[in-house]
Amino acid sequence: MAAGKKRSPVPERLPVPRTCKLYIKGAFVRPAAGRTLQCGSSRKERGGFVARIAHASRKDFASAVTAARQAFGPWAHRSAFNRSQILFRMAEMVDHRRAALEAGLRTAAGLTAKGAAEEVSVAADRLFWYAGWADKYSQVLGGANPVAAPFLNITIPEPLGVVSVFASTRSPLVGLVSAVAPVILSGNTAVVMVEGPAPTLAVDFAEVVAVSDVPAGVVNILTGPREDILPHAAAHMDVDGVAFFGGTVEEAKALEEASAGNLKRVHLFDDPEMGAWREDDMQSLYWIQPFLEWKTTWHPKGW
Amino acid sequence: MNEYQRPSIPPVDPVQMEARANFFAKRSIRKDAMRAALEMTVRMVDLTTLEGMDTAGKVRGLCRKGLRPLPERPEVPSVAAVCVYPSLVAEARAVLAGSAVKVASVATAFPSGQSFLPVRLEEVKRTVEAGADEVDMVINRGAFLRGEFQRVFEEIAVVKEACGPAHLKVILETGELGTYDQVRRASHLAMDAGGDFIKTSTGKVSPAATLPVVLTMLEAIRDHFLRTGRRVGMKPAGGISTAGKAFQYLAMVKETLGDAWLSPDLFRIGASSLLNDVLMQWMCLETGCDQSGVYFSND
Amino acid sequence: MDSSEASGPELLFGHLWDYSPAAESPDSVAVADRYGHFINGKFVEGENHFPCVNPATGETLFEAASADRKMVNRAVKAARIAYERHWQGLRPVERGKYLYRIGRLIQERAGELSLLETLDSGRPIRESRSFGLPLVAAHFLHHAGWADKIEYAFPGKTASSLGVVAGVVPGDFPLLRAAWKIAPALAAGNTVVLKASEAAPLVVMGLAGIFEEANLPPGVVNILNGAEETGRILTTHRDADLVAFTGSAESGKQVRRSLAGTGKRLTLELGSKGIHILFEDAALDQAVDAVAAGVFPGSRLLVQESILASVVQKLKVRMATLRVGDPLDANTDVGPLSSREHLDRTGALVEAACDEGATLHQADCALPERGYYFRPAFVTEVAQASPVAREEIPGPVLTLLTFRTPAEAVARANNTCHGLTAGIWSNKGSRVLEVADQLRAGVVWGNTVDRFDPLSPFGGYRESGSGREGGLHGIRSCLEVR
Repeated sequence: MAAGKKRSPVPERLPVPRTCKLYIKGAFVRPAAGRTLQCGSSRKERGGFVARIAHASRKDFASAVTAARQAFGPWAHRSAFNRSQILFRMAEMVDHRRAALEAGLRTAAGLTAKGAAEEVSVAADRLFWYAGWADKYSQVLGGANPVAAPFLNITIPEPLGVVSVFASTRSPLVGLVSAVAPVILSGNTAVVMVEGPAPTLAVDFAEVVAVSDVPAGVVNILTGPREDILPHAAAHMDVDGVAFFGGTVEEAKALEEASAGNLKRVHLFDDPEMGAWREDDMQSLYWIQPFLEWKTTWHPKGW
Repeated sequence: MNEYQRPSIPPVDPVQMEARANFFAKRSIRKDAMRAALEMTVRMVDLTTLEGMDTAGKVRGLCRKGLRPLPERPEVPSVAAVCVYPSLVAEARAVLAGSAVKVASVATAFPSGQSFLPVRLEEVKRTVEAGADEVDMVINRGAFLRGEFQRVFEEIAVVKEACGPAHLKVILETGELGTYDQVRRASHLAMDAGGDFIKTSTGKVSPAATLPVVLTMLEAIRDHFLRTGRRVGMKPAGGISTAGKAFQYLAMVKETLGDAWLSPDLFRIGASSLLNDVLMQWMCLETGCDQSGVYFSND
Repeated sequence: MDSSEASGPELLFGHLWDYSPAAESPDSVAVADRYGHFINGKFVEGENHFPCVNPATGETLFEAASADRKMVNRAVKAARIAYERHWQGLRPVERGKYLYRIGRLIQERAGELSLLETLDSGRPIRESRSFGLPLVAAHFLHHAGWADKIEYAFPGKTASSLGVVAGVVPGDFPLLRAAWKIAPALAAGNTVVLKASEAAPLVVMGLAGIFEEANLPPGVVNILNGAEETGRILTTHRDADLVAFTGSAESGKQVRRSLAGTGKRLTLELGSKGIHILFEDAALDQAVDAVAAGVFPGSRLLVQESILASVVQKLKVRMATLRVGDPLDANTDVGPLSSREHLDRTGALVEAACDEGATLHQADCALPERGYYFRPAFVTEVAQASPVAREEIPGPVLTLLTFRTPAEAVARANNTCHGLTAGIWSNKGSRVLEVADQLRAGVVWGNTVDRFDPLSPFGGYRESGSGREGGLHGIRSCLEVR
């Protein structure tokens, strides 16, 4: 080619871009109201276009809660060992899809190659860490209570039910994984709302969930602005718990007030910047605990 | 003195019961053992149609199928019986009279049993008059769950009387009883009241026959035999649609009750689609190829 | 009312319809002529080989080496170097990932490992496939999750690894026993030198192959072959920080003596005489099934007198359908005993009991011509002090004793220097719990038998050993907690 000639705007091969949908009840579905949002992504592919993400509405949230409710009984009933195996598989799938996840982090979240690689490694390791808790937290947190009467008295932690998760708006992969894993490993099911600068990573994570033998409805992933969903989640009578990362003081207050309707358990979490999310202090047994109930059973001893 | 005794019906531990029941799937049944099992299974089938839309045509066709399940293979035996609603007994009889295949019928306001006792008894009498060799009755679950055991017992006894020469199978409807303990109790009650067979289900309620429920009933039959010397038969019904599943039940019978019960006189399987699966397995053994349903009549 | 054993209606378990033979071919797995040791990540040759016999045939299957002091030193040194250079300083999550990898490989090669275990120890392959192997894999997978969570197990304390663990495992359930020693030790950050049993080393060699395939850093786990002398050298080695011993009471006491004054940690799992207490309100059919499924593991059955006749009748019926034969056949319920010594001892104990006036009820089945087979049996009318009631019988023989009241049952059950496992069968929950409280046994099975889980601690009281394996309580012994 002669020097100075511009490259043709028409590429030789067009990629077939992914349609970003919501992930509800184990399937990728279009949002009920049919709305989408353009991603705040910087680079436009030559001859292509920037991905649009689904814009979840109240109806989508309600469908997801129904799916999560149906999935709860069977998921909670599985053995802890079985749940741990599924989370281990999620870790496997994250590591396996490293290339795609790193590419997504570079384009959508603007990370460097090194940063993206570290982000994926931490995400996989964090899932691995939480997977190993599924069959252990009971022994550490629960136990036999030596009451002053001839009874066997034991306290066993049980999952709450359906938990609404408002994931980090600053850490699109590690933050997301860190919000979901501690909720589901104990048998809860989750409806996860993702807003943020790189929501395509939420769709990538949904794909990881879809190939990890996670039963349909256990993890549901919605994308779009929080403010559209938050009031409905807070007031929903069939949601048992809310995990809220970051947000404003006003949002937190409104959430706590509206949640009083069915006394759903609300837990507020910090949402630091991306680098801080990768530290070890952002994974803890005590992130599992807020989404547990405590069942104490008495039985007499005497022949 | 009975009131002072420890329970003569032992409790059932559900976890161990289920573990033992599922164990029989691990027995190896291939080649000659499979051939023998297929042949036994056909001879034990009570080929059943119990639909509101049953007609003379449907019933007659089914009877012919039961007589000669696979005409091109004369070595395939006839089934044990064909089971129909009372109003169709005469039609079945017309085809099956003189053959080895019995006419069985459900009676006593099947499947729910929720009707007046005199009406249920009259139904039994007319069913036998119409030519039924075997009557499958349902127990009064409402009374049973209220603990009215005397009443349940007496109803079975008078139905047995009304059967005359016909043999009586007592359907417990295990899917409605709630626990294995209840199934075991109902089994003993039905046997003590005179049932010739005890049967799991009507097939209209889910769950129907399952491995643990059937094992519970077989253990009751075993205890009854060892105590009284009388052999009562067993009929699982509903949900057994593959030969493989049927074999698991045969293995269970073999290892719980022994050789005497491996006979249509003491073991039947209530089924409809099972027969074709057995025929397909039969042909698969013969030819070495997996079979397709289109080559077998679907009546 | 229960009548005495008069002849009444009988069930016939005959051959009207038989199953098809389902013998697995041993050809799908490779058995070498000789095995040495696995040291520093490699299989090395050894010396002083001894024959290892296939108990199903009585024929020599292969030869295994005996590690002498030089070889033991080599293994311990490899473990020490690996600990200091590779393992102790590794990020805990990475240790967890090695354990996870090993667990997955065990799942993937479970078929092979089952075959090796059956060929070498005579364990029925169906048991090994459906029960043994999944449990072994689960052990590694469970402990993979502990590696990076140790600090949560001991609130307010700091836990750290000990160093080199010297383990000795016996010939029954060799693979599971090896997993019990190795998985928690590695999760805690220790390295291991394990001596396989001379009675069944083959599958442990198979496990070494898994470590090799997993690229476990060399020296993190080392496996030695040998008999008692090798075990003695290993368990008294100066450079071992923890000794984890499973074996006979006699050997266990020796180990304990030799460690006196050294400050070394010790866990012991020794012999036992398991006991099952059957109350009159027990789920009798299930109790008999469960006990038979454990294939009468040389245990005592303590039966409430009012149901003795019923229990005897049910045991006889159940025994009549036990299938004794080739352990490679998936239909087999009872395989051979693992050695000629076990066979002779079982026979001798039973004979002695009969001489004393006990009644023998024995299955009437055909036995294979070769191999160390014994017909399952149970004895009644036995004195509580007789050897068949007090000593561990290494064969499928159950001893029946009776009791009248729960207090008497407890007293009889506790009348032993052992205390590993006990079972209680009763429909009354409060009775099960009260009896469980009073039994001096490390594992109490209420209305069940032979249940294991990686997170359920296993171990005994008194002469059945000390320390626990499995779960939160089990990992404690592999750690220094300050």
